[in-house]
Amino acid sequence: MASLTHYIVLSSILFGLGTVGFCTRRNALILFMSIELMLNAVNLMLVAFSNFMGDMAGQVMVIFIFAVAAAEVAVGLAILIALFRHVREVDITKFNVLKW
Amino acid sequence: MEGYLYLIPLLPFIGFLINGLLGQKIGKSGVFCIGCSSIGLAFLFSILAVYQLACSPAEDRLLVQVLWSWISVGNLNIDIALMMDPLSAVMILVVTGVSFVIHIYSTGYMAHDEAAWRFFSYLNMFVFFMIMLVLGSNYVVMFVGWEGVGLASYLLIGFWYKENVNADAGKKAFIVNRIGDFGFLLGMFLIFITFGSLSYLDIFPKAAHMYEQGIMAMNSPVMIAICLLLFLGATGKSAQIPLFVWLPDAMAGPTPVSALIHAATMVTAGVYMIARTNVLFTLAPTALLVLVLMSAATAFIAATIGILQNDIKRVLAYSTVSQLGYMFIGVSVAAYGAGIFHLMTHAFFKACLFLCAGSVIHAMGGDQDMRSMGGLWKKIPITYITMLFATIAISGIPPFAGFFSKDEILWKAFTFPYYPVVGKIVWFIGVLAAGITAFYMFRLIFMTFHGKFRGTEEQAHHLHESPLSMTGPLMILAFLAVFGGWLGVPHLIGNLFGHVPNILENFFEPVFASSHEIIGAYAGVQHHSTVVEWVLMAGSVAVAIGGISLAYHIYIRRVDVLPGKLAETFSIYHRLVYNKYWVDEIYYYVVVLPFYYLSMFLWKVVDAFIIDDIGANGQAWWVQRGSGALRLVHNGYVQTYGAFMVLGLVVMLWFFIV
Repeated sequence: MASLTHYIVLSSILFGLGTVGFCTRRNALILFMSIELMLNAVNLMLVAFSNFMGDMAGQVMVIFIFAVAAAEVAVGLAILIALFRHVREVDITKFNVLKW
Repeated sequence: MEGYLYLIPLLPFIGFLINGLLGQKIGKSGVFCIGCSSIGLAFLFSILAVYQLACSPAEDRLLVQVLWSWISVGNLNIDIALMMDPLSAVMILVVTGVSFVIHIYSTGYMAHDEAAWRFFSYLNMFVFFMIMLVLGSNYVVMFVGWEGVGLASYLLIGFWYKENVNADAGKKAFIVNRIGDFGFLLGMFLIFITFGSLSYLDIFPKAAHMYEQGIMAMNSPVMIAICLLLFLGATGKSAQIPLFVWLPDAMAGPTPVSALIHAATMVTAGVYMIARTNVLFTLAPTALLVLVLMSAATAFIAATIGILQNDIKRVLAYSTVSQLGYMFIGVSVAAYGAGIFHLMTHAFFKACLFLCAGSVIHAMGGDQDMRSMGGLWKKIPITYITMLFATIAISGIPPFAGFFSKDEILWKAFTFPYYPVVGKIVWFIGVLAAGITAFYMFRLIFMTFHGKFRGTEEQAHHLHESPLSMTGPLMILAFLAVFGGWLGVPHLIGNLFGHVPNILENFFEPVFASSHEIIGAYAGVQHHSTVVEWVLMAGSVAVAIGGISLAYHIYIRRVDVLPGKLAETFSIYHRLVYNKYWVDEIYYYVVVLPFYYLSMFLWKVVDAFIIDDIGANGQAWWVQRGSGALRLVHNGYVQTYGAFMVLGLVVMLWFFIV
């Protein structure tokens, strides 16, 4: 039986992976996936805590977050595609005109 | 009953608006018509109001019209209110009457000037403010008028602004007046603090009451301070020592302006103000002592400067300063009625003299130097006769107007109730100045109208008498200069002709009654023998005649020798007086230059360096540098921003956990 500690460790590892991925990778799609990874790491934590506390509100919350995240992914991918159509490029370091 | 009082200032104001806004459209004749008729109507309404005033019994001689409440803050209540009592009645007649005559004269004098509409709108504005000054029923309204006439004076001195000299003269007049206005303002504040009001009808009864009840002693420090501050205001407006320097320069304006503003009306505002405040001045003998000494000095020094001036208008300007000194002697020996009387007669003869000078300048084609005139009387006889009358009047020869007013002032100075000895000294200076006045005025007449013509051929050809629009006013004013003095015949002479009353003195009685009571109670009722009065009168006439005959001797009989010889013999004095005692130069080095350097310091060091460079621009510089460093963080890489967010999260976590 996996205890709460296991869940916390797992979700922390996932969040860490997502963070490192976001900060180091250049492909915009991968960045996007890293963000999703972080989001879902947090979701996992939420479900674990919810179960531990015996309160279903947390798990209901996670369902909502999935719904919102789906919408967010749709918008995010659309932006990425629009970006790609403009510059034929998904390297995030090339999109640095918005500075100073 | 009092309902139409507001029309007196309103009409000139409407004239000012029409001439100022539409002047170029309605054409020159329209401007002349509106300019003169607005003042003429105001004059008619003034006569009406004064007639009504004179018909009522002595204790009811007061018309008040409150127009609206202007300022009401705490216990400070200021109304825009007009008030007419015997004092303002005489002033208003002089102001509107002389203004009307001079407006008519201006239609001739300014007939060929392109900007006549501007001239007339300024002139109407001046009359409006002067009426507000005279008719206001509290010090604030008076101050509005006071500032307004200063503005009009500035605009009209610099009327021909294309020449720098004229603009400078205007500026000088305005700035010197500001110094005086500062004193006036402080005086007003002090009055408000002391009496809790600025309305004449509150202050003066209260002051008299406080004195009678013993709450306020004679000569209390606050009263002296009020009076001296008000006097500072008066010295600015009325060109007394130490602020007289602007008036001679003010002659840069057109001659009707010199006649109206700088001789007859505006410059007498200070005398009016002191006569209006008579109760307070009566309660401050020390202030009166300062006043009488300053004004006697002014009367004398200005008269001596007048001796050697060659510009016809400058002679008259110094003469004006000197005569204003006389008026101030009058009010400062507590003979307020005499001061106002001289103000009135002076308005007649000095306006006449200036207008005559204008007519002479007109004939000479703009030349003002008396050295190039001479023998003009045959060419411009009307001007000559009228100017001669006015000159006799100013010299104090009976029965011309100036004799009565000047002699009354001298007699009142001789019997100064507070300081008898000082009064005698002032009387002596006054008589001396009267002799000098007679001398330099006849010098002016002789140099201008007698002897041989010294100008160019062209000028000689150009000489002509002025049109009727100019000579008419001259005749009216000359008439007044001859007969105007009969309004104030002294009892001594009046008794000779079977009790001719001193109309003016009786008329003024309600205004100055409480002052007279205070003086009577303080210094005791004085009796002077009529013999002394006769002797003094004869003495001042003799001195005047002496001055005239001296002028005749020097400038007619021995004109080729004496003036030059005298200048050589008394070369030091000649240079001293000829250069006007170097007053302008002294003021330049003592006052103007230090202020110039102080201003330079304040500008260059305090303002430009400390406030601008260190303060405003310095802050901006630091902010710019700081943000310049910080903006490098915004490098446009999403991942950097992400890393910062993570960093922020870590910091927050660290805060929460530890």
